Amino acid sequence: MTSLNPDQVTAERLAGLRAMPIAPPAPGTGDGSLLDDPTVRPPLVLNNRTPGEITEIVCGYVENPPGKWWWMLFGLTSTLAGVGTIMILYLIITGVGVWGLTSQVGWAWDITNFVFWIGIGHAGTLISAILCLFKQQWRTAVNRSAEAMTIFAVICAGIFPGIHVGRVWMAWMLAPIPNSNVIWPNFRSPLLWDVFAVGTYMTVSLLFWYMGMIPDFATLRDRAHRRLRAGTRTLGTYLRAYVFGFLALGWRFSTRHWHRYEKAYMLLAGIATPLVLSVHSIVSMDFATAILPGWHTTIFPPYFVAGAIFGGFAMVLFLLIPAREVYPNFKDLLTLHHLENMAKIVLVTGWMVGFAYAMEFFIAWYSVNEMELYVFINRATGPYWWAYWTMITCNVVVPNVFWFKWVRQNPLAIWLVACAVTVGMWFERFVIIVTSLHRAFLPGEWHMFFPTTVDVLTFTGSVGIFLTLFLLFMRFLPMFAMAELKAVTPQGDPHRPEGGATEEH
Amino acid sequence: MAISDYIPFIAPRAPRFVTESGAAVYGIVAEFATPASVYHAAEKMRDSGFAKWDVYCPYPMHGLDEAMGVKRTILPVLVATGAFTGVGLAYLMQWWMSAVDFQIVVQGKPYGAWEPFVPITFEMGVLFAAFTSLFGMLALNGLPRFNHPLFRSERFLSVSDDRYMIAVEADDPKFDPEQTRAFLESLGGTDIELIEDD
Repeated sequence: MTSLNPDQVTAERLAGLRAMPIAPPAPGTGDGSLLDDPTVRPPLVLNNRTPGEITEIVCGYVENPPGKWWWMLFGLTSTLAGVGTIMILYLIITGVGVWGLTSQVGWAWDITNFVFWIGIGHAGTLISAILCLFKQQWRTAVNRSAEAMTIFAVICAGIFPGIHVGRVWMAWMLAPIPNSNVIWPNFRSPLLWDVFAVGTYMTVSLLFWYMGMIPDFATLRDRAHRRLRAGTRTLGTYLRAYVFGFLALGWRFSTRHWHRYEKAYMLLAGIATPLVLSVHSIVSMDFATAILPGWHTTIFPPYFVAGAIFGGFAMVLFLLIPAREVYPNFKDLLTLHHLENMAKIVLVTGWMVGFAYAMEFFIAWYSVNEMELYVFINRATGPYWWAYWTMITCNVVVPNVFWFKWVRQNPLAIWLVACAVTVGMWFERFVIIVTSLHRAFLPGEWHMFFPTTVDVLTFTGSVGIFLTLFLLFMRFLPMFAMAELKAVTPQGDPHRPEGGATEEH
Repeated sequence: MAISDYIPFIAPRAPRFVTESGAAVYGIVAEFATPASVYHAAEKMRDSGFAKWDVYCPYPMHGLDEAMGVKRTILPVLVATGAFTGVGLAYLMQWWMSAVDFQIVVQGKPYGAWEPFVPITFEMGVLFAAFTSLFGMLALNGLPRFNHPLFRSERFLSVSDDRYMIAVEADDPKFDPEQTRAFLESLGGTDIELIEDD
């Protein structure tokens, strides 16, 4: 332990007054995590960071004020969020007519945005749960931020079904609560399944995220208490001691507790895995159980789940690549190897999505159903052809650049692909929903859908809400699962020489 | 902290050991420098028959619970019970609301058909299991508990950073302030400290 207060050392390092023990790698160079030899496991934490240094890197950014960039971004995103909130209030006061909906296209951007956000929300639980069950240790670098992103995305998703019901004050009737009409919700409707699936998903993601953070809250609490005992009595230190102290629930790092904690974590991972697969399947049933051509297909559940993982990983990359630029010491914890792994998952799921697009077309032809075939030909060549081809370009064509190794290993290139995939996945939902609705069975009912300014600003507002929440997360909460990272370092392993082992086991 | 703190009719048990100032002794803590040293010390502690002791480690160290001889937790049984409770309640709710309390014909299907009830039944099973695993884990660990004698130790606050400690409680039948201290020293423990109870 240094004789100086650890927080003070960190503050000086982050402010550039004191050199970091090991400088972060220069941008544009390899960081030592990309190994060509498949028999050698790349290091999960670079520069031989010790558990103590991991604490300092992760807690340092929580305990010290961020740079100007944070305030500028926060100002921008919270303005967007404010505009979105005003649009929602305007909608509630005026009615859903302020959107571009017509008698034919009764659902458009609202449900597109819902499926877009809930899809993004799937990567977090996938990383936490499925990769945990498969013992993929690289998940420790990204799981915390991916889980946070999941929760923020589900919050954005939850807004849209809430406000698109028309009479928002009646939304509580979705819950099976006794009411003055004596009637109960219709349990045969996939829309009601959706209420339960999304509600469960939100709750379980929140529990998962919180449980993972309990030990890290305790670390922050102990650092604040050490600071208080050393005589640094600032308001921020008191706040951290009390707020993190409350959230940590008195966690004291006992191994008897860790034993139950790890069991609870595995159990949560085990039950969250079928949950994450069920949620987007149920979302897809909102469409698949309707008889509308273009929606009534059995491929929807797996197709939606693959798309959700695809879009979710793209969003993780979209957020974390800039995050490791503004917090340079995070490059030791979130390495190029991690980014490359995620790029590979984007490539694989991109092909799954591409397969689903092709299979939909094939089945439309193979079914000899005129209506079905017409819908698909109309998607590709009708008035919304530009949306369809944007979707194909962004989701099927662009991710193929990840076949090239230098692209997978270049953060800027990965980030650009992630942007394209995010756009493409929004268009996928728009194509599925609007092109199927705008030309239904009777040509007399055919209409075009045009969004209004309120449509556009409400969606922009949801992006603002999402990014604002993520910026607050970056500022106030530990962005990495410190306890899990320490457990995968060689210095934390009792069977490795770095961990003090003297003989080979 | 004991039950007698909450119930006034129960006379507090006299402490087995007191410090010179007369305060009850909670136990002894010893610090270990590396994961390997605390791991091997834990094996020896387990083999010498201590009952009320614990290893404090900043992260879940792989295999340390076996080195300590921690009994397998009952948590999976609780979680399974939670899951089946959720499944049962959800099915019962949907069946009673749709087939008993207010019957409505939907698409000409039987009132109590089980197939449409599957998704919500599954989701509620997951929800109850998730709640049981978090709150069951906390309850078995005796958390939340915001104060603890160990937090008095300045050094203990560094466990959450990168320290490893073994604590032996005074309630342990084998505990003796002098002998336990000597034993921890022989295992390689440093900075051995007597902790007073609250």
